[in-house]
Amino acid sequence: MSLKKIEDKVFSRKRLTPDDALILFHSEDIFTLGRLASQVAYRINGNNAYFVQNHHINPTNICVNRCKFCAFSRSKGEKGAYELSIKDIIKKLGTEGSGVRGQGQDKLNSSLVTRHSSLPFTEVHIVGGLHPDWPFDFYLEMLRQIKKSFPHIHIKAFTAVEIDYFSKTSGLSLTDTLKALKSAGLDSIPGGGAEIFDVKVRAKICPEKINGKRWLEVMEKAHSIGIKSNATMLYGHHETYEHRVEHMLKLRELQDRTGGFQAFIPLSFHPKNTRLSKTVHCSPRPRSAKRGGLFTVHSNGIDDIKTIAISRLFLDNFPHIKAYWIMLGEKIAQLSLMFGADDLDGTIIEEKITHSAGALSEKAMSKAELINLIKKAGKVPVERDSFYKPVKNLE
Amino acid sequence: MKNRKYQTKKNINRITKKEGLKLFKSADLLGLGTMADKIRQELHTKGIVTFIIDRNINYTNICINRCSFCAFWRDEKSPEAYVLDKKTLFKKIKETIALGGTQILIQGGLHPEFDINYYIELLKSIKENFNIHVHGFSPPEIAYIADKAGFTLKKTIKILKEAGLDSIPGGGAEILSDRIRKKLSPKKIGKDRWLRVMEEAHKLGIKTTATMMFGSIEKPEDIVEHLDAIRKLQDKTHGFTAFIPWSFQPGNTELAQRTAYSVQRKNALRRTHHAVRYGATAVEYLRVLALSRIYLDNVPNIQASWVTQGLKLAQIALRFGANDFGSTMIEENVVASAGVKYMVSINDILNAIKGASLKPAQRDMYYNIIGYM
Ligand code: SF4
Ligand code: SF4
Repeated sequence: MSLKKIEDKVFSRKRLTPDDALILFHSEDIFTLGRLASQVAYRINGNNAYFVQNHHINPTNICVNRCKFCAFSRSKGEKGAYELSIKDIIKKLGTEGSGVRGQGQDKLNSSLVTRHSSLPFTEVHIVGGLHPDWPFDFYLEMLRQIKKSFPHIHIKAFTAVEIDYFSKTSGLSLTDTLKALKSAGLDSIPGGGAEIFDVKVRAKICPEKINGKRWLEVMEKAHSIGIKSNATMLYGHHETYEHRVEHMLKLRELQDRTGGFQAFIPLSFHPKNTRLSKTVHCSPRPRSAKRGGLFTVHSNGIDDIKTIAISRLFLDNFPHIKAYWIMLGEKIAQLSLMFGADDLDGTIIEEKITHSAGALSEKAMSKAELINLIKKAGKVPVERDSFYKPVKNLE
Repeated sequence: MKNRKYQTKKNINRITKKEGLKLFKSADLLGLGTMADKIRQELHTKGIVTFIIDRNINYTNICINRCSFCAFWRDEKSPEAYVLDKKTLFKKIKETIALGGTQILIQGGLHPEFDINYYIELLKSIKENFNIHVHGFSPPEIAYIADKAGFTLKKTIKILKEAGLDSIPGGGAEILSDRIRKKLSPKKIGKDRWLRVMEEAHKLGIKTTATMMFGSIEKPEDIVEHLDAIRKLQDKTHGFTAFIPWSFQPGNTELAQRTAYSVQRKNALRRTHHAVRYGATAVEYLRVLALSRIYLDNVPNIQASWVTQGLKLAQIALRFGANDFGSTMIEENVVASAGVKYMVSINDILNAIKGASLKPAQRDMYYNIIGYM
């Protein structure tokens, strides 16, 4: 099918309809898609490709939900279950910067904890299981302590799933829950837990999780009190193209009302890719793909770049499209920059990077490596803060 | 659009070396992809993407050449050094056939003690026991066998053919530019000798493939020089069935071409060649692949290298000029690297091809289709 009509719309900056998006999903013309999406990305972000240096913390993997395909969570008392204290977290943030490879490492020294400005990251990303016993106050205290020790670090924390849970356990309204989090130090909210909004598909992949309506409600309330957030979409499982478009449409409508979303992050479902299991909470991670018998390997890179491109074209009110390299792999993430993405997330420092005998960690990427990827794609690397402001100029 | 004249096969004024270089240096990725994809569609009209079920068998890892980028070789005295015994070899071949395999790819190091009789015996014993296509011995091995025996290349290849060699893999080409080879693999045969092995083989009716390993220290000029050398020889002999560009990936723990690269050796190489630190990125891989499709108008098939690029990028490569997924690599697809086993099954390969709206088909070494899947 010719994409001429859609091309004309893009050139004249007209909004695409859900039908247009569907036509694009069914099209095999990846080259036109790439060109159109690049054009739109260029209009919004020029030649920039952003990345951030952040630190991931998962305070606990104990979760009451136990979503069917989540490989991250454990029940209380189960082998492998863990809980971090606030002290643990502060310590990790202060010292585990040394887990990162490359340039950041050179700058590290023993006085790190006191020299906050020289931390090799500007953002901490906190998500975890829904702990059966931890009171809401514990989370508030966590935020306060982090802010106290690291006043310049941006705290991006708690998916909509967790925030909904906090409101239930504390008996507070959503708005009051969010307000309490904000005044304790929460700066923004990650986009996890959105999965796919369609009720039937959601019932198949994560029946234990809050529904799409509630997810959107949490985001709307957060935006209304000035908390920015991201939005994700998990694809490549049971959903159809229609479900993807419907998902994006809901996000676009909310964004029209609030303007509170910063980035859209499409996540491809990849049951075999175990290395991802710990990094994105609240996206189902299968324990065993075989056991469920439901999933085949998502080996569809063309689908990945198409989804990136279509989201860039359809979500005209989202400032950023993120190609999350840890999910897509660095190769597809780099290629996404030619298909409308403008953000690669960043050099993720994780809790448990084991450098066994000099083995290269697949989980962290050095800043130099990221910059190389971006430059080789012909883009301008920009290290950003959590609101997409450049941190410093790179040559 | 500029470069329109390259867009279709019919009016393909073959592109010159100069034009190839210009295209490679200045065209954008999507433009190169569009051209390469059109050419692929014209050459392979039914949207068929082929692959071969075979097994990569390395008969020894003892090698006197010790190329700097190679993590495979071992010293004779190393505890990890091995020479495959017949029993193991036959077991591997049996398994291959049981899995629907039609070919073995047999390669190895340049063992200081092997002479031509070892290879003759090896081939004969395989052929006596099995009905299987033997794709074996890359040009450095052939040259080594010839030198040790004091025979000409022609005589050597003829003897090996009579013993059972069916075709020759295009390995050991790296970059066919002596400037680069001197740095990367100084002991390995030079550009001319590599090409001469292939020419003699083609003349004797033996088909071969051709590879190119880029992403190390080469310049765009070297890549074009390599492509041009292949194209020239192909004009003469038409003996190449496929071209396989793959990228050297020092910082990547995915599978490497012949075996897993050891971290130590990678690091050693990083130290010696700073430029090699990152290897080629996805964008560079696709650019080289697309250029290969455009430049090699006389080579029918271009292979995507899922082994070095991963399944997802290899799938995308099918839209940037590639029409073949190469080997299922029964052997190499389980590579223990950093304790992690990585496995790609035939099913995954089929899904990747179908996911690109293309038709997967099993082939033999001559690209005859054995069956659609
Ligand atoms: S996906 Fe999130 S909510 Fe579900 S079990 Fe895992 S940690 Fe709990
Ligand atoms: S690449 Fe081949 S010739 Fe070079 S050291 Fe390795 S096995 Fe030997």
